[in-house]
Amino acid sequence: MSQLSEAQAEQYWKRNRSLMIRLMIIWFVVSFGCGILWVDTLNLIQIGGYKLGFWFAQQGSIFIFIGLIFYYVVAMARLDREFGVEED
Amino acid sequence: MELATITYIVVGLSFAVYIVIAIAARAGSTQEFYVAGGGIHPIANGMATAADWMSAASFISMAGLIGISYNGYGGSVFLMGWTGGYVILAMLLAPYLRKYGKFTVPEFIGDRYYSDTARVVAVICLILCSVTYVIGQMKGIGVAFSRFLETDYETGLYTGMIIVFFYAVLGGMKGITYTQIAQYVVLILAYTVPAIFISFQLTGNPIPQLGLGSTLVGSDTFLLDKLDRVLLETGFKEYTTSVRLSTLNMFAYTASLMIGTAGLPHVIIRFFTVPKVRDARKSAGYALVFIAILYTTAPAVAAMARLNIMQTIEPSPGQHVLIEERPQWFKNWEQTGLLAIQDKNGDGRLQYVADPQRNELVKLDNDILVLANPEIAQLPNWIIALVAAGGLAAALSTAAGLLLAISSAISHDLLKSTFYPSISEQMELNASRGAMAVAVLGAGYLGLNPPGFAAGTVALAFGLAAASIFPALMMGIFSSRVTREGAISGMVIGLGVTLFYVFQHKGVMFVAEWRFFPGLGKNWFFGIEPNAFGCIGAAVNFIVALSVSHLTSEPPERVRRLVQEIRIPAGSVTAPAQH
Repeated sequence: MSQLSEAQAEQYWKRNRSLMIRLMIIWFVVSFGCGILWVDTLNLIQIGGYKLGFWFAQQGSIFIFIGLIFYYVVAMARLDREFGVEED
Repeated sequence: MELATITYIVVGLSFAVYIVIAIAARAGSTQEFYVAGGGIHPIANGMATAADWMSAASFISMAGLIGISYNGYGGSVFLMGWTGGYVILAMLLAPYLRKYGKFTVPEFIGDRYYSDTARVVAVICLILCSVTYVIGQMKGIGVAFSRFLETDYETGLYTGMIIVFFYAVLGGMKGITYTQIAQYVVLILAYTVPAIFISFQLTGNPIPQLGLGSTLVGSDTFLLDKLDRVLLETGFKEYTTSVRLSTLNMFAYTASLMIGTAGLPHVIIRFFTVPKVRDARKSAGYALVFIAILYTTAPAVAAMARLNIMQTIEPSPGQHVLIEERPQWFKNWEQTGLLAIQDKNGDGRLQYVADPQRNELVKLDNDILVLANPEIAQLPNWIIALVAAGGLAAALSTAAGLLLAISSAISHDLLKSTFYPSISEQMELNASRGAMAVAVLGAGYLGLNPPGFAAGTVALAFGLAAASIFPALMMGIFSSRVTREGAISGMVIGLGVTLFYVFQHKGVMFVAEWRFFPGLGKNWFFGIEPNAFGCIGAAVNFIVALSVSHLTSEPPERVRRLVQEIRIPAGSVTAPAQH
């Protein structure tokens, strides 16, 4: 185990988990939400040749997934530093 | 030069590159054989993961699945499902499994659930989903060969087996990683180059992702609006809105593919090859970038090629093409059986409509959209040859990754960890090579028999991974309360209900005569089709595992410590003592 006390480890995990939950909500909203559940409503909006719901389902959700992962990478690197648990 | 000659040269060159890389990157230790020495740069690993992940199905079939079978919007399940899983991997699994720092997926399950039985069950789940998946790749290799090089299916399959055998057995994960990087380059070029041309020809915009939302050249009609209209006029449903069965089914389908992706062992073990936890997170991001290049191009290929086909057949409203005057590519692909026409009303013209009674394009295989794309766009022969090499690269890279997952599970988890712990490293290395050889032969055999088996398998692999491996891993990381009894019963029952639902619909081992309980009707579980059932299997797994854990005594203290340790990037994991 690293130099973290049990309470610090608990705190680190809690912060990580709340970050994950926030990002997974966005993940859910852009794919299952915008791409599937609310697709008909969003399709009323047209951007260029794309109906918006269709765009989320076939393009937009994928771009946002990439953004979510890299945001997580950066935010976790910051959290690791804050708790002094980054590797070497 | 003849097309066949160019194709042989391009494909031959690509194979030569893979073999040279394999010889240069031979594995000398189990560490190199299982995890490529653990020193792969995250970008390199991202690229290798992308090739590992994108199979013959992604490359050859997906655009056609979207554009033809699922009629546009319905095909979104593949696009979101096969990419969204990387978000789950990056946050919920990969970093912690990398921190745990061993070689295989069953190894983690065995240690976390303090049980040899759990490990063996995980090995069985792994082998079931990897073997079903690798068969699909073997079929892809056979098909790609037979279509482009005019060999028969068996010859193509045998050639593919020899190539995979050579570099996977020799190089292990190390050889596979570097060949996968080369294969990614080949396959992504082969996919995007024709797409850029076709997008430019139709819309004047060379970027397919933008072209799909643009107007057609020489008009102010949007491409998608035009496609919607053409389809409605011929009796099909609108391209941009036709749902696959039902909203609930699309939801379940997408969820199943996502968690299946996150649970596939051959993808997970790629994250064991990077040096640090931080790199595992990054690597998932890079992998998704490399995958997204193909996955955001595919819907453009789907819509554009579909429109091209519709317009080839009916150049202006009511004016159908004379069968005598159909283009050369049409005739070429009729010879392969992927296209077939039948002049039902005898007017000498070709009608392509939704109504099966009147439709004269009696066969339009999904694979045609990608395979015939370069010819439809009238691209030079070397691009057609490149598409052949790309399809083979996609199938070979995925097959190699799967074979490694299978062989390491056998040599490391069954032999070394369970039945024969005193085995030396050299012997284990030889055993894993032997297991790989057997796996190649087995996959080749199942690629040929039973005949219907190969076709149904890829979708099943996702269902099995979603229902068995993913929940066990996730609960292992996020809870220290889940017990060995809980995990084992969860995996067994999750796997069981998924197999039951799929085989009940499609027949045991996909032999149609071996269907059972026909009285239940089709898609009887809330209208969810078998391919979309993995998330239900996963939910059953979670419920069973959590309930059983509640009734059994808590895991030992060392397991609680293990769970704490894998959650923190720094420090070492004190592997729990064997029981």
